[in-house]
Amino acid sequence: MKPATKGVLVEPERYELRGQPIHHFSIARRDFFKVLGAGIAVFTVASEAPAGMPQESGRGRRAEEELPKDITSWLHVGEDGVVTTFTGKVEIGQNIRTSLAQSVADELRVPFESVRMVMGDTALTPFDMGTFGSRTTPTMAPQLRHVASVARDLLVEQAAKEWNVPAEKLVAANAKVTDPASGRSLAYAELAKGKTLAQEIPEADPVTPPSEWTVAGKPIPKVNARDFVTGRHQYTPDLRPAGVLHGKVLRPPAFHATLVSLDASAAEQMPGVVVVRDGDFVAVAGRSEREAEKAAASLKAEWKSPEARASSRNIYSYLKEKAESRGNGRDRETAGSIEEGLQAAARRLEATYTVAYIAHTPLEPRAAVAEWNDGKLTVWTGTQRPFGVREELADAFQLPQDRIRVIVPDTGSAYGGKHTADAALEAARLARAAKRPVKVVWTREEEMTWAYFRPAGVIDIRSGITADGKLKAWEFHNYNSGSSGIGTPYDVANRHIEFHSVDSPLRQGSYRGLAATANHFARESHMDELAHAAGLDPLEFRLKNLSDARLRAVFEAAAKSFGWPRKKTEAGQGFGMGGGVEKKGYVATFAEVRVESTKAIRVKKVVCAFECGAIVNPDGLRNQVSGANVMGLGGALFEAIEFADGKILNPHLAKYRVPRFRDLPEIEVVLLDRKDIPSAGAGETPLIGLAPAIGNAVFDATGKRLRSLPMLPALLQA
Amino acid sequence: MGKSLELTVNGKRHSITSDGDVTLLQVLRDELGLTGTKYGCGEGQCGACTVLLGGMARRACQLPVSTVAGQSITTIEGLERDGKLHPLQHAFIEAGAFQCAYCTPGMIMSGVALLGQKARPSREEIAHALDGNICRCGTYPRILEAVERASASMAGGA
Repeated sequence: MKPATKGVLVEPERYELRGQPIHHFSIARRDFFKVLGAGIAVFTVASEAPAGMPQESGRGRRAEEELPKDITSWLHVGEDGVVTTFTGKVEIGQNIRTSLAQSVADELRVPFESVRMVMGDTALTPFDMGTFGSRTTPTMAPQLRHVASVARDLLVEQAAKEWNVPAEKLVAANAKVTDPASGRSLAYAELAKGKTLAQEIPEADPVTPPSEWTVAGKPIPKVNARDFVTGRHQYTPDLRPAGVLHGKVLRPPAFHATLVSLDASAAEQMPGVVVVRDGDFVAVAGRSEREAEKAAASLKAEWKSPEARASSRNIYSYLKEKAESRGNGRDRETAGSIEEGLQAAARRLEATYTVAYIAHTPLEPRAAVAEWNDGKLTVWTGTQRPFGVREELADAFQLPQDRIRVIVPDTGSAYGGKHTADAALEAARLARAAKRPVKVVWTREEEMTWAYFRPAGVIDIRSGITADGKLKAWEFHNYNSGSSGIGTPYDVANRHIEFHSVDSPLRQGSYRGLAATANHFARESHMDELAHAAGLDPLEFRLKNLSDARLRAVFEAAAKSFGWPRKKTEAGQGFGMGGGVEKKGYVATFAEVRVESTKAIRVKKVVCAFECGAIVNPDGLRNQVSGANVMGLGGALFEAIEFADGKILNPHLAKYRVPRFRDLPEIEVVLLDRKDIPSAGAGETPLIGLAPAIGNAVFDATGKRLRSLPMLPALLQA
Repeated sequence: MGKSLELTVNGKRHSITSDGDVTLLQVLRDELGLTGTKYGCGEGQCGACTVLLGGMARRACQLPVSTVAGQSITTIEGLERDGKLHPLQHAFIEAGAFQCAYCTPGMIMSGVALLGQKARPSREEIAHALDGNICRCGTYPRILEAVERASASMAGGA
């Protein structure tokens, strides 16, 4: 029999269940093989919860039928040679369906095409906290490599038994085990035939070092690319289960408004329309989107809106006023004495930087399809936290978690914005009332109003340097925007770095790179100011105060590609840089800008050097680094949520400008591949050097220092 | 209730039961099940719903279906012929011109419209023609490359 690795499964894709969802699925071996058929399976078991990772609330509460949470990943080699790998991570455009499959194929010694990934399905995949924090490549890829290597050993053992030769004499390659002495070989498919062999293993480091990777480390195209270019791939809003109704939520006129009265009589008369009122939640479902819109429009509701606490006009003074006077210990780092450092300094500087609230604006809006069957709930939704969404649903509907299944179709991006269950809760509430499946797809306006935002923030810095440009003091206070990337990589003995939390007037949450963007904007702008104060070249000043070799390396690599220092050749031209280290990724970004006579800032060229250890997929990584810089243009130059009286004033793409083709600079990505260092994630950190690089280039061009994001042309006119 | 409208989509005639004021986007997605055309903003700003109308790129979210009755519409599902991708679809795969790929169908339709009007557009002309299409993942450089590749391969008769 021939191995079924060719032709059977041309493209690894999400595991399509035919028939009913699998209930009572458990780790019991016979059940596992019932689901996937005979073969060879390997599970990893975590010895303890990952250190330093946020715990989901209530995570300890385990429903009796759900998967044990210490199972972190698993893999199955079927009788057809197909390798199925399970992970709770989700694909949101960061290309991990491809890169994880590469790692598995590499370790198991099978062709890439024979690996399929089952991702983000609470009934099938192991518990996972969520796809965020650039954790997939540094944690999930090694786990999957480890299960794959153990599965490979099991297959070799099977062949050794069959031939009665020592296992160490055999070679596993190209989906078969070969005995070089006799020339015999057996395909994995043949070795898996009729077996129900399972092994549990502890988590451990992978075995194949990056220097010996054959499938990983290569630019393999996105796995199901054809489905995406033909429109065949179904994102959550594209799902149309039989009998599905379209849901619409009646949104209050302002945040925190409460419902005083509701007249739903007109909607209730409409054929096929279901109306739900549950506290302040009012929603309708209709047979088509238009019918649901009409029904929602017919609702007569009276709301009571509370006095708004803040607006985008006073937000920065508000954040400073309302800040907790002292951060807790975890968000505070001190060393030496700021006062002594400042006294010993030849030059001192103080400056304040601000960043606005911005919206993730994923092109696929938040959406969910919910269906109840015999008291069990299935929800399809684009989220970064399928297990977190399941928990929110369990809390909302007072259900044990094993009666809820959350499935995440590969999603139209998230950028940190899809952690919560909002649309899932709405669809599930409507579906329960309608007794039919219900789909809720947020409009762009809902998306830009009722989701959550990247936090606005204020950052105050006090610093001092010696006459020859050595840092003596560094005091850094961040109000509200967050503590990611708050530390400084530069050498300074006297430090005080603190994050002050604030009860934000707008709902806020994760965003690609978190506060590292704000903190790097402030720090790297300030470093530029200090360099000018010291009369030093900004690169020279940084390197003078920097002993971290990896960060020096990216600065030097970017400088070389950019041609730093460059001579100005046209009016309005300017050059600048920014960089740092975050989530074990090292970035240095250089920008060339041109400030037009209208004061418009045009970014002409960006060079971004990035190093994240051993590279898994250079093509995917380039795409991430380049894309992060394009996305970063928005927060740097245009994007700001305007709000007043509890309302968002610009919840439309016509009024909220995101980067377009016209804004595109020439982007050069310089990748440093460190095969001697474990791979870190790359989805976020490449973004954080751009804004300060642009701001510093604008200063170079105009002599004006812009300390607010976005850097609007109006700031240059002042 | 609306009277029945006739629509030709990807060469197939359909009788539409939706009201005439329903958008073409809603009819394509909900009534005809052609979900390759995406909703992104509903205000004609993002281009995710781009379809071809008489060879021109149009925003399906901005077109009441009654205004396109009797006209020939092409959606992303209509580009593949007998299992063979349109050169621009092929070029998107070759150039890796996507991340989450939600914008991809709209991008491809805008690109196909451009190539129909101008066989060998310059990079600036491509950027200009596609400026109404948003890619939040920022894969613009590769999308430009994909359109250039398709243009070259179509000119070469490949």
